[in-house]
Amino acid sequence: MSTSDGDVVVTGLGATTPLGSDVASTWDALLAGRSGVSRITDDWVKDFPAQLVARLATDPAQQIDRVRARRLDRSQQVAVVAAEEAWRDSGAADAGVAPERVAVVFGTGIGGALTLLGQDDILEEKGPKRVSPFTIPMLMPNGPAAAVGLAVGAKGGVHAPVSACASGAEAIRWGLDLLRFDRADVVLVGGAEACVHPLPMAGFAAMRAMSTRNDEPERASRPFDKARDGFVLGEGAAALVLERGDAARARGARIHARLAGAGGTADGYDLVAPHPEGEGAGRAIAAAVRDAGLTAADINHVNAHATSTPVGDTAEASAILNTVGAHTLVTATKSQTGHLLGAAGALESVFTILALRDQLVPATANLDDPDDDAAVQALDIVRREPRRARLDAAVNDSFGFGGHNIALVFTTA
Amino acid sequence: MSEDIQTGLAEILEEVAGVAPADATPEKSFTEDLDVDSLSMVEIATAVEDKFGVAIPDDELANIKTVGDAMSYIQKNKA
Repeated sequence: MSTSDGDVVVTGLGATTPLGSDVASTWDALLAGRSGVSRITDDWVKDFPAQLVARLATDPAQQIDRVRARRLDRSQQVAVVAAEEAWRDSGAADAGVAPERVAVVFGTGIGGALTLLGQDDILEEKGPKRVSPFTIPMLMPNGPAAAVGLAVGAKGGVHAPVSACASGAEAIRWGLDLLRFDRADVVLVGGAEACVHPLPMAGFAAMRAMSTRNDEPERASRPFDKARDGFVLGEGAAALVLERGDAARARGARIHARLAGAGGTADGYDLVAPHPEGEGAGRAIAAAVRDAGLTAADINHVNAHATSTPVGDTAEASAILNTVGAHTLVTATKSQTGHLLGAAGALESVFTILALRDQLVPATANLDDPDDDAAVQALDIVRREPRRARLDAAVNDSFGFGGHNIALVFTTA
Repeated sequence: MSEDIQTGLAEILEEVAGVAPADATPEKSFTEDLDVDSLSMVEIATAVEDKFGVAIPDDELANIKTVGDAMSYIQKNKA
């Protein structure tokens, strides 16, 4: 039972990504077609089948106070950097919002893996007395959310959805619900991930989920392309500030877009593999469009989850085609950012919002030869260069291992 | 001797808790004056063991309230 009219708007954006240290530099690099992917040169990688990574453009430890940084896992550091940018951008701090009415929802896929694995090395080498007293607060999966909550002084609740690569999008959906149920006046939402380390790399490689196009790093992430062979692991964070529209307008906030609707489903099919026709994904998209009070024909643009894995991309293409249709302009920005796992849904929501703002759909890089799959062939996937178009409503969808499907609908301010 | 201990302790406090070396004087309380929390005290104890070869058991750590307390403990237990 909703206690408001459901009008929720986005008043702040933040990001730190492989393409840039903030939203503006990331968006510019995306539109310019630059790649964030490079080949790992560390010694440990030499026996690894997949040696590619999309590292952050700027080390987050350089962007925050040294003492604060040493008590935060890298996943918390990126969360704080992105969240503080979004918070500043929103102007909410100057608007006198009561801390008890500020909430945070921040997701991660893996959590503090670098801390867990680093402290395990210390345990093995030096014994239990040398393990850091900050180990637990740095590795816990609610760590990014908690660090963000402290950074902005949120006292209205701090929440941490964990749904693998859908976590960032799920955080946005939870934020929408908190506002609709009047449990907060301002919600800072987003996702964070920083797990570039041999163990996660080996684990994903063992699943045969990662690209092994080691000799061509910038060409490796190629969603929907016939020659795609897996994703490229990325790191970073993105954040959004959500508020009810009437309150945001009353305080004169700049409104980037409306968060018009959200949908979430589970495949109920397999722990890892997506449903081959994207059945659950399609239901999530349809639910989000319905929640927004729109119909499929209204959706001009879809920022696809499209990670560049052979099975995932075609399943999603079917879901988009069946629930939205062939008229919509599709893009897959992981072709340039790599896959930020639990941050992906938040970052791609930022891209979706900027596409609506600029009336410009970023291109899918490396889509030289679209897959023969009938759905991929039927979709209008923007490639080679960004495309200018009339955009009123757009979908960002995100899926995670475990069969999690989240779709979000944004509309122009 | 005690100057070496004070200097060494100040280095640890700067590294672990961001305390300016000039502030690390004997009368200062870790929690009241220097904003050093209990988890940071654990880190400080580990660093003290590395630097001075003096282990501080938990029950002793609980009695160390000021920089001066830490200096005395190190002085007394240093081999």
